Amino acid sequence: MEHGCDRVYVCAGTGCTSGKSPEIIENFRQELNASGLSDVKVIMTGCFGLCSMGPIVITQPDDCFYSRVAPKDVAEIVREHIAGGKPVHRLLFKGSRGEAVSLFEADFYKKQERVVLARCGLINPEEIDDYIEHGGFAALEKALKAMSSEEVVSVIKDSGLRGRGGAGFPTGKKWEFTMNAPGSKKYVVCNADEGDPGAFMDRSVLEGDPLSVVEAMTIAGYAVGADEGYIYVRAEYPLAIHRLQVAMGQALERGFLGNNILNTGFDFNLSIRYGAGAFVCGEETALLNSIEGKKGTPRLRPPFPAVKGLFGCPTLINNVETYANICKIITSGADWFRSMGTPGSPGTKVFALGGNVNNIGLVEVPMGITLREIIYDIGGGIPDGRGFKAAQTGGPSGGCIPAEHINTPIDFESLKAIGSMMGSGGLIVMDDSKCMVGIAKFFMKFMVEESCGKCAPCRIGLVRMHEILERITGGEGEIGDLAELEELAEMVNELSFCALGQTAPNPVLTTFRYFKDEYLAHINDKKCPAGECSALLNYEVTDKCVGCTKCAKACPAAAISGKLKEKHSIDKGKCVKCGACMGACPVKSIVRR
Amino acid sequence: MKNEQEKQKILTIIRENSSGPSSLIQVLNAIQEEHGHIPKDVQQLVAEEMKIPFSRVFEVTSFYARFTTEPKGKYEISVCLGTACYVKGSQIILDELKRKLGIEENQTTPDGLFTLTSSRCIGACALAPAIVVNKDVHGMLTAEMLPEILGMYN
Amino acid sequence: MINIFLNGSELAVKEGSTVLEACKGAGVSIPTFCYDERLKAEGSCRICVVEVEGAPKLMPSCSTLVAPGMRVLTHSPKVVKLRKKLLELMLSNHEISCLQCEKAGNCLLQDYAYEYEVDTEKTKGRKKIAEYASSNKFFSLDQSKCILCGRCARTCSQLQANDVWAMAGRGFETEVSTPFGIDMEEAGCVHCGNCVSVCPVGALKPNTRHKFRAWETRKVRSTCAYCGVGCQIDLLVKDDKVVGVEPAGGKSNNGLLCVKGKFAFDFINHKDRLTEPLIRGEDGRLRPASWDEALGLVAGKTKEIRAEFGADAIMGLSSARVTNEENYLFMKYMRAAVGTNNVDHCARL
Repeated sequence: MEHGCDRVYVCAGTGCTSGKSPEIIENFRQELNASGLSDVKVIMTGCFGLCSMGPIVITQPDDCFYSRVAPKDVAEIVREHIAGGKPVHRLLFKGSRGEAVSLFEADFYKKQERVVLARCGLINPEEIDDYIEHGGFAALEKALKAMSSEEVVSVIKDSGLRGRGGAGFPTGKKWEFTMNAPGSKKYVVCNADEGDPGAFMDRSVLEGDPLSVVEAMTIAGYAVGADEGYIYVRAEYPLAIHRLQVAMGQALERGFLGNNILNTGFDFNLSIRYGAGAFVCGEETALLNSIEGKKGTPRLRPPFPAVKGLFGCPTLINNVETYANICKIITSGADWFRSMGTPGSPGTKVFALGGNVNNIGLVEVPMGITLREIIYDIGGGIPDGRGFKAAQTGGPSGGCIPAEHINTPIDFESLKAIGSMMGSGGLIVMDDSKCMVGIAKFFMKFMVEESCGKCAPCRIGLVRMHEILERITGGEGEIGDLAELEELAEMVNELSFCALGQTAPNPVLTTFRYFKDEYLAHINDKKCPAGECSALLNYEVTDKCVGCTKCAKACPAAAISGKLKEKHSIDKGKCVKCGACMGACPVKSIVRR
Repeated sequence: MKNEQEKQKILTIIRENSSGPSSLIQVLNAIQEEHGHIPKDVQQLVAEEMKIPFSRVFEVTSFYARFTTEPKGKYEISVCLGTACYVKGSQIILDELKRKLGIEENQTTPDGLFTLTSSRCIGACALAPAIVVNKDVHGMLTAEMLPEILGMYN
Repeated sequence: MINIFLNGSELAVKEGSTVLEACKGAGVSIPTFCYDERLKAEGSCRICVVEVEGAPKLMPSCSTLVAPGMRVLTHSPKVVKLRKKLLELMLSNHEISCLQCEKAGNCLLQDYAYEYEVDTEKTKGRKKIAEYASSNKFFSLDQSKCILCGRCARTCSQLQANDVWAMAGRGFETEVSTPFGIDMEEAGCVHCGNCVSVCPVGALKPNTRHKFRAWETRKVRSTCAYCGVGCQIDLLVKDDKVVGVEPAGGKSNNGLLCVKGKFAFDFINHKDRLTEPLIRGEDGRLRPASWDEALGLVAGKTKEIRAEFGADAIMGLSSARVTNEENYLFMKYMRAAVGTNNVDHCARL
């Protein structure tokens, strides 16, 4: 081949878009045109997963993987590589031994198994032909033309697929309940209100492969007897919304959606509804209220949505990742799906790996893989040579998993057994500089702000728990606070109206269980062992000080005094503990203790 | 609403987005998007036009974080407080911005230039800690970088 | 009918009834705040939870349906402990001023705090500061006492069909208010006071001029005389004076009242009110008389006029301030006893 490359894939997920990938795409088009290479296709894709290396550019068929590309690098890539046939070595991604490796050869991908994300990064999410070329709509055709509703439901049941939104309810059972519920009007709903802080799995699927969700919902409509569907998506996901709209428009045009789909006489129409900023709308009955234009508070269950859901009709609700598994199960069968993962939790799970880990990004792994494998083999370990302290799964409903449980296999039951939960797939790694009481307080604050206010246990109980955590991290905790914290946690867990409130004490309970000595150190010794709680810390200037006055200039509270070339001192009364002085000191003479 | 023209504009938004009471949030989202905020008289108009009790409209607008009754500044600085950003120090960024701008969260500077808010995960976890100024994402921030970023919008 | 086991004893209950209804029928008392049999079950206050064997969590009895063989414990140690903790929590966000509160003695929060031996010192913290205040000529809302059971708003919406109240905001900051705290009248309030009647605590109270404690009053069942509906009311009577009105159940009004029935009772004790018949004497002045004397005079005169001028020379005009049944009897009296169709009623004016 003359120049080894006839296609350029540029990641346009939210992470890479923030890193200016739209400009990179534009530059490629211009440079290629200017160089007379307009036959080289520039393809905008969804998320490749390795966000920390973004923006990512891949060339094909020579399979070169460029990482951290800047718009200004494009001219060089076009000139040297595409026109000149010589890849730009300095921009290529390097493996652990410093050699250039292709994307899927990178350690990051070795233990991954991509089902949900199979097409993410390979296709242009705004091109329906790309989707069809990569196996799209085969499942819809098979389901509609060769299978009865009952057969579709039984394949999903046999696959053992469990809801990926958090609780892990068997998906096939939900489909069966909805199919069997009496009623001529039924709905199919997709929960894309991904609200866990630090989770972006669903967004990446919608941005990278939106048609897989559209197709799966259509199949679900056929299976349960619904002719109308809603996708409830966060308004904070403009790119995902845009791609969904494009996908739905194209599917409608080609007869994969709308009336008389694939000439089978089956009708299915889909609309998008936007969330307006309420975490509780991830709870399925609150979500239904929100679609109906109401305040997003949860409803009493029973009746369950499968019997009486949207507008009082039987309604099937699954989340994005759950739907993204459906098409492949229809085409490849239940046995294929069960060949991955564990007997109780078959298949794969997508995690948004973040926090203090080298390879931040989106990973899809078979269930049953251990936390250690995800963090070290895929995630590349903890940066800056620090130690692993805990991993947080399940967001505000989940818990912190300590080092002693790092070999726990990732499946619904194992995570529950150690006090956490699968959740929707946020996986935040924390190094030894993180205060666990502080983390518990962070999640509690989040839940205080997101509690809908309907029931008293969650509405008031979480505020009281947060107040106690504030006292403890502020150095005003008393030993009796711990018993009160536990009593409140039990009551909120037992008495709250919905699962959100019931699980809200989990971050406190797990940190309490695994890091009790940290709580005690805050209360008894008035010390934060991780050195994070500013109220328990003081800044001091050590003898290393050279008297350069930089710290005094940086101090926003004018708390530092001292003459030029003499040791400075910090007035503890004035100090606001912002740490600006520490950053300003050229000789690291300021310590925090 | 300042004048009849503005009222007509909002009536158009309502009519274009309304297909019955269940589209209330759609309508409000559209008004928030185009008008920047949804003050009392606009909510009243929505209630009348859509034949929904004013109290139900108010329940919805006061419940969802996205709807605001006050106009925002020219630039909205939103600090991501997702977990990934939090463990990388987004709280320090937020505190520093409060100090620099002299305002608290959800307030606007007196000159109407900046509104400071915090947001749930914006999905730029690889760039943590990150802030969004209108639609620009600024990532891998340290407190020292803030003056330069603010300067870009002054 | 199906059988359940309530606190160990087998009990036959109607299929489709809730655990709470079954308990009521069996005389087992369960605390409730948000429950009102006339409203759709809300299940949000959580105080009515019971232990149901096999259920992963405690269940709200107001919205859990009975099932054959169901085993329910209404006062197990776990239930009692958690109800007590919940009450502590609610009281930590409640202005505890029972000494001065007019609702004392008639307040569910107070009653349950006593029943469950709540320690108000145990759970403490900041209290909600409400953004809006609401009041009108007849009643006021004291946000510091509100427990957000939502009965006021749901009653206004579901029973009165008025939608004055919003459960505004969210989380800890949720409050009952009119939209943006606008005047209640502007929000459509007709002052019916049904929200006041259902408030289980001292949040919504009449702006009464009467000073009384609940335990000083006795209830006298009566029929509201303002119109023909025949609403059943309980007059709150202290020292033989009516100091308040509460709606009573029954087919005519189902526990609801209008502004007149609920608040306009002060005429009863008004000094200008006639409390006995008056007969105008020869001197042109009115003098008190007994009922027998007065009725005798009316009957005698009626007979005289009818004999001399015929029945149609007589007309009867009755009052809107008597009951429908009394009006009916008066009509009957005019037509059958007096023999004329000349009968009318002041409300037709």
